[in-house]
Amino acid sequence: MTLKVVVVGAGVVGAACAFHATSAGLDVTVVDRGAVGSGTTSRGEGNILLSDKEPGPELDLARLSRALWDEVGEELGPDSFELDRKGGLVVASTTEGLAALGGFAARQEAAGVRVEPVGEVRDVEPHLAPGLPGGIRYPQDAQVQPVLAAAVLLRAAVERGARFHPGEVTGAVTGREGRVAGVRTAVGDVLPADAIVNAAGTWGGEVGRRLGAPVEVLPRRGFVLVTEPLPPMVRHKVYSADYVANVASSDAGLETSCVVEGTRGGTILIGASRERVGFDTTMNPAVITRLAAQACRLFPFLRETHLIRSYRGFRPYCPDHLPVVGPDPRAPGVIHACGHEGAGIGLAPATGALVTAHLLGRPWRGADPAAHTGLLPNRFLTSGGAPE
Amino acid sequence: MSESTDLIVVGAGPAGMAAAVTALAGGLRVVLVDSGTAVGGQYWRHPPEHARAAIPTDDLHHGLREYRALSQALSAHSRRGRLDLRLAHHVWSAVREDDGFAVHVVDRRDAPRETAGVLRAPRLLVATGAYDRQLPFPGWDLPGVLTIGGLQALLKGGGVAAGSRVALGGTGPFLLPVAAGLAARGVDVVAVCEAAHPLAWLRHPGPLLRNPAKWTEGARYGATLARHGIRVHPRTAITRAEGGDRVTAVRIASLRPDGSPRLGTERQVQVDAVGVGWGFAPQLDLLVPLGCALTDAPDGNAVVAVDGGQRTTVPGLYAAGETCGVGGAALAVGEGRLAAESVLADSGAAPVLGRRGLSAVRSAVARQRGFARAMALAHPIPPAWPAWLSDDTVVCRCEEVTAGAVRSACTGGGAHDHRQVKQLTRAGMGWCQGRMCGPAVHCLTAQEQAYTPAERLVATPISLGALADIDEEH
Repeated sequence: MTLKVVVVGAGVVGAACAFHATSAGLDVTVVDRGAVGSGTTSRGEGNILLSDKEPGPELDLARLSRALWDEVGEELGPDSFELDRKGGLVVASTTEGLAALGGFAARQEAAGVRVEPVGEVRDVEPHLAPGLPGGIRYPQDAQVQPVLAAAVLLRAAVERGARFHPGEVTGAVTGREGRVAGVRTAVGDVLPADAIVNAAGTWGGEVGRRLGAPVEVLPRRGFVLVTEPLPPMVRHKVYSADYVANVASSDAGLETSCVVEGTRGGTILIGASRERVGFDTTMNPAVITRLAAQACRLFPFLRETHLIRSYRGFRPYCPDHLPVVGPDPRAPGVIHACGHEGAGIGLAPATGALVTAHLLGRPWRGADPAAHTGLLPNRFLTSGGAPE
Repeated sequence: MSESTDLIVVGAGPAGMAAAVTALAGGLRVVLVDSGTAVGGQYWRHPPEHARAAIPTDDLHHGLREYRALSQALSAHSRRGRLDLRLAHHVWSAVREDDGFAVHVVDRRDAPRETAGVLRAPRLLVATGAYDRQLPFPGWDLPGVLTIGGLQALLKGGGVAAGSRVALGGTGPFLLPVAAGLAARGVDVVAVCEAAHPLAWLRHPGPLLRNPAKWTEGARYGATLARHGIRVHPRTAITRAEGGDRVTAVRIASLRPDGSPRLGTERQVQVDAVGVGWGFAPQLDLLVPLGCALTDAPDGNAVVAVDGGQRTTVPGLYAAGETCGVGGAALAVGEGRLAAESVLADSGAAPVLGRRGLSAVRSAVARQRGFARAMALAHPIPPAWPAWLSDDTVVCRCEEVTAGAVRSACTGGGAHDHRQVKQLTRAGMGWCQGRMCGPAVHCLTAQEQAYTPAERLVATPISLGALADIDEEH
């Protein structure tokens, strides 16, 4: 009998889970209270990055995911979601910073990431400020239009037999031995399920709690600035070396590090800020001015460029800044796939493949559960099964 | 100055001028901010100060006595240092801060130079008005096709007529002053196409009877049109604009009650300019991010919800004029006065109007709102308007998104509001950020609901250099 799977969340991660699970022949229903990709998926830049990841469980997932994005592109057409293999360029602002960056890149290279030291960064990005001591080019970094990516993955899943069910999940129905038998929605529907995938992103903590499998997923607010459309001026995703430190940081206050990149539409996107303010949606002009100042220092031509829009979203993060992917021992049948922080777009296909492998009980499309044990929810549980 | 400001008023049109004058009369210190180079807003737009003698525009205006009284009061308070008038200042963000508001401005007095700054006050009044609601139709992106508001702005602001043979279309009483103004400047107004039927007004006799001033105004325009031999054609619409480099002709069709064109009624009219207007969309860019509650207005727009004293649901934040529902300048002036009286009361200052004065303003406002409601119901967007659009009609001009792309985002992509359509098609992601195409995309996706504009955290484009400079200061 075909395994019935309910995926909670129609963001890019949920869509990728549905895509892989239906491709493996499973019976999939995706449930979301909102539209496809309307949560954090629509609030980022669409990054697929290896450059910002230290060797470890997240980089392992990211390397697999990078290859799987290419496969998705071959299968569904790379232009349908604007897959752009633009490469990343990390620039140092001081010689000490360059030395630290070089050491970091060497460890990444040893873990299988392609890195290319760049002496004169203006040879690869002509509009960078003069006087920067150097940087590292990461040719594998890429970008997608994230909402299109989620929509294209979900559409492909639906064409292969998946269903989309609008609604809000309020709880799990359990059967024998406490194993899940279905999910309940806010209007009283019960969708039968042998397994439930928690792909609710920033709301994964709340959905986990409703399913009897709470995980600590917290919001980390970020603003993105969008400029007027320009002719191509920035070729890579360009960021300053301090970005890596901020991604991994647990500081509660405002952190900003400059990330600048172009898009197909001609606009330039500027990030990235990090604030721990819960789900506070208030505009913070101080963040906007700080990001603008940092971007103008990196690319002086931006001083004359107009900001036309800004948006903000909430990255879902776990206390150890690693996503939580795998079955929850407290609620048999519940599989988590959330907490990807700012890397959810990049990590989505590998997360979908890894979830599918857990559902099948065997490797799927290069995702072997035995190779990604560092992402299991067990790490948050004491030996008795209670949250730490 | 801004250290000791009691009230910031954004928008120096009829509502903002009246509010500022009332608050100043009550002893408050006021900053009045406007993006234009003179007070008056769109309604009382005038040529630049130095050109006013050479370009007479008085005959194009209505309520000039009120405008002059308000202008003179503002000048007097400005000379005395009670009013800080910030013209050519655009507000790009307004946020709550401690016990008040921070209004982030960009000073464009020395354009193209831009200087960013911050104004602070315990209370904020937003009177940012409205702009033309546009509905695309085949050919609407040809040069020479303007909004009727744009035609009016050219006339009032520079005495310029956009063409010599002009067709006007859309719906609502605003077509009349524009037609009359063009005719008075020697323009051959070859057609005025009103989509609604005048009998629709008869369903709301009360508001008509209670607003005789509107009759007088209407009769004045009617007389001008009659003098120039211009007829208003009810239940007709401009369904297509044609031309090569610019518009040379329009197609005009009779409409069925649902707004779809009657087959066989189409005729071609030669023109060199076109003006189209489908009512107005309130300018809510500053208000939505501040989190104040919205409510549905009868013209299909979401507007700011206010109490009887023009208070929004955010403490210390007031709104007046078209942001609270489109209703014209006289209503805006009344709402501005009421809002300022609330600011005075909430600040512990004595009222300006007195009990009888206040009650007179309140009843005038109630009467004019009734009229605005009747007007909105009599002049709806024709339900079948989307039928005029071919799949290749451009809806979003900035990003060149067609009606066909919007339709397939709804049917194939599952989008059911203009925000989702934007994510899937880029409609509304360009320079205008959906201010132009937002209402149209909304009508193509969810016409039965009120239009709530997308949240825009950046209310006007601002150079990154100006933002960077203000960051370096801190």
